[in-house]
Amino acid sequence: MRVFLGVIGLYLVIALALPLGIMLGKSLQGPKDDFVGLANYIRYFSTPALFQSIGNSLWVSILSTVITVPAAFFYAYALTRSRMPLRGLFKTVALVPILVPSLLPGLALVYLFGNQGLLKGALFGRSIYGPIGIVMAEVFTTFPHALLIILAALALADARLYEAAVALRASRPRVFWTVTLPGARYGLISATFVVFTTVITDFGAPKVIGGQYNVLATDVYKQVVGQQNFQMGAVVSVILLVPAIFAFMVDRAVRSRQVALLSARAVPYQPSPQRRFDLAMLAYCVVIGVAILSIVVVSQFAALVKFFPYNLTLTWAHYDFDQKGGGGWTSYYNSIRLALLTGLIGTVVVFVGAYLTEKARGVALGRGLFHFLAMLPMAVPGLVLGLAYIFFFNAPANPLNVLYRTMTILVINTIIHFYTVGHLTTLTALRQMDPEFETVSASLKQPFYRTFWRVTVPVCLPSTLDIAIYMFVNAMTTVSGVVFIYGPKTELASISVLNMDDTGEIASPAAMAMMIFYTNVGARTLHAGLARWLERRTQAWRRR
Amino acid sequence: MAHRTLVRFGSVLLCVVSVAAAIGFAATTVRAAKATLTVYTAVEADDLKKYAARFNEDHPDIEIKWVRDSTGVVTAKLLAEKANPQADVIWGLSATSLMVLKLEGMLMPYAPKGVEKLDAVFRDRENPPTWVGMDAYVAVICFNTVEAQKKHLPKPTSWKDLTKPVYKGTIVMPNPASSGTGFLQVSAWLQGFGEAEGWKYMDALHQNMGVYTHSGSKPCTMAGAGEYPIGISFEFRSARVKKQGAPIDIILPSEKSGWDMETTAIVKGTKNLDAVKTLIDWSVSEKAMKLYSEGYAVVAITKMSQPVEHLPANMLDHMIKNDFEWAAKNRKAILDKWQERYNAKSEPKK
Repeated sequence: MRVFLGVIGLYLVIALALPLGIMLGKSLQGPKDDFVGLANYIRYFSTPALFQSIGNSLWVSILSTVITVPAAFFYAYALTRSRMPLRGLFKTVALVPILVPSLLPGLALVYLFGNQGLLKGALFGRSIYGPIGIVMAEVFTTFPHALLIILAALALADARLYEAAVALRASRPRVFWTVTLPGARYGLISATFVVFTTVITDFGAPKVIGGQYNVLATDVYKQVVGQQNFQMGAVVSVILLVPAIFAFMVDRAVRSRQVALLSARAVPYQPSPQRRFDLAMLAYCVVIGVAILSIVVVSQFAALVKFFPYNLTLTWAHYDFDQKGGGGWTSYYNSIRLALLTGLIGTVVVFVGAYLTEKARGVALGRGLFHFLAMLPMAVPGLVLGLAYIFFFNAPANPLNVLYRTMTILVINTIIHFYTVGHLTTLTALRQMDPEFETVSASLKQPFYRTFWRVTVPVCLPSTLDIAIYMFVNAMTTVSGVVFIYGPKTELASISVLNMDDTGEIASPAAMAMMIFYTNVGARTLHAGLARWLERRTQAWRRR
Repeated sequence: MAHRTLVRFGSVLLCVVSVAAAIGFAATTVRAAKATLTVYTAVEADDLKKYAARFNEDHPDIEIKWVRDSTGVVTAKLLAEKANPQADVIWGLSATSLMVLKLEGMLMPYAPKGVEKLDAVFRDRENPPTWVGMDAYVAVICFNTVEAQKKHLPKPTSWKDLTKPVYKGTIVMPNPASSGTGFLQVSAWLQGFGEAEGWKYMDALHQNMGVYTHSGSKPCTMAGAGEYPIGISFEFRSARVKKQGAPIDIILPSEKSGWDMETTAIVKGTKNLDAVKTLIDWSVSEKAMKLYSEGYAVVAITKMSQPVEHLPANMLDHMIKNDFEWAAKNRKAILDKWQERYNAKSEPKK
């Protein structure tokens, strides 16, 4: 076990810790790579134009979190605790945002609420370019991330608790406050900091729709790209790492109080129909579902209209990507390759890694460190990771520099970039399993890998498949992580969305973003079929 | 049974993994027999295929791999890769950026065949030159006539006009920190109006600004779509936007415009020096100039410049006398000052 843990740990060190360390070093260097101590930081905090972004970033992140987490929780609650119709459909609809690049809601919001927007009046004269647009786009983008985590926490409920509550004549609100909410507490807290850190590190939405509202992530971009000031870019990145450490401490504090919910004797909960409650939940889900779908529908509309808003005839011309540059159709096929490799390799690495940190005996320090490294990617903006990769992998002294600009480095980077959510999903699933399973098999003198293969993997299989599809779609949609390290032969579809958007075009990037969307829909459909087939064969114990 | 199913699932998974891996490796191991050059460029994305095709008409044995991004990104990439350059050659990047790279010692001086035909402005002053010019791009104002009518905006004819209160919240321009176009016009205002007046002018302009964009093309595309009626952009993009059917007038302000040129240079350390020299020689040939002139109104052999549809024929008369060395030397100071003045006011003005 320790050997495996060591191997995956080494991967995290090489692909995450070392590049970030070099990044950290950069922030203490002057323009000629000389050591200047904290001079860059002093300059940062004495320039209002720069440090003002900290407040902006915090503001949009808090606002987005406060909106997203309760919204996602009640959505998850409706899906798991009510008998409203079309629950499967609503779950699918809610996951739509993870199927599109984070640039897409920005493009769609311009069509909806821009100065020529279809629903321009809804903002009462306020501009969409700024915090309003950023928060709207971020809520759209992070909603499914929060939902997946909370769903995993709500999915396994012990029916005995609910039966006991009913027998004690507890009212519905009381059951909610004393059984449901405490059971989902860990998921809620995870979701909160996942949303918060995703927003604070996201670069796509503020880039497209942020206007003059500067946030830390776009500052990194401006420092590096505009000013070619890598040192200051590194300083801003280091400041962005603070929430990660904070989130990590919160996670540790909560974790020590978490007890296994699904004991070996647990009975799965199945809600019973309640007409009025189910209708209310349905109405809520319809509102959210329509809001999500309208973003996508508007993008498809944008991709087909000849010249918005002056010529609304339809055309396929915007799909002629080879004429638009930005990589053309080749970039689309590259993206599919990246997504397949990341989905398959990434899932195995993440799942085994999480299992080992949770179950390995001893090596507490190593496991703590491993867990920290697994949590870190959530707080590292893709842009920073990408830049760190340039400094680390492109150094002539590094024997790994042959990887530079290859598909391999894109896969390595993408797995790291999306490591945390998979890790947390696995941990949430694992923590709901009673450690008695291990104790019992140990007393039966079974090796750990047999318990792993015959108990852990089957129980966690639904979560594992969720991770695989999560990795796949994120590899399809990621922009920031790869923008600095793609090469001439490995241009990606999402990069070409960014490059085309940069010229101010909306139609062609929307068309490419929608290609990504349809591909991910295809992948998800496949995943759903596979999941149902597997569930029928391995999850029978959940039903009564 | 669960276990058997899992084994079956495991073997299916294994198959999929190996197939995916095979796809992954197959595509990376294929290597063309002919010479391949990695070319870094900021040339408009829609033109790259045409550029490569024309070059290959004369040199089919050299394959071009483009790495294309906006001016700021390509420059940042080149600087970040300084220790281990990935590019063989730069074909189409602003002169101001090339001067920065030259100061870093990243370029290899080379006098291409036919360099003497180029207008003196369009080449590095040193001999042999570290870079040679291709064509010029000039700042213009894109003015949406449909939206202007709706909002009763008069047509501006000069840069100074844009500071009138009537234009409040209607103007877009590129952020000079990320956009070459943004920087060239800021530098032109400072050169043309004098430093003190230039900054005063930008203070006033800032009051009317709707938004600063990352790229230089975007303001004109936005003006074309009516998102903001007035966009400060450059002539090549404006002609293209107009051709797509946007209701815009292209205005060359009376005080003359800032401009920069696209340039070509060899990246020190290339392993394909012969092929690179062939490319650079071709890039200043008359055939190449003809190619550039299809999009750009002014090319490096200035007498070969062709009028471009929707643009005035006498573009040269609209360009300021540009001091590139001054611009490159002061770039950092200008950008710092610009950020300090206009970045801090980050809330959209109400």
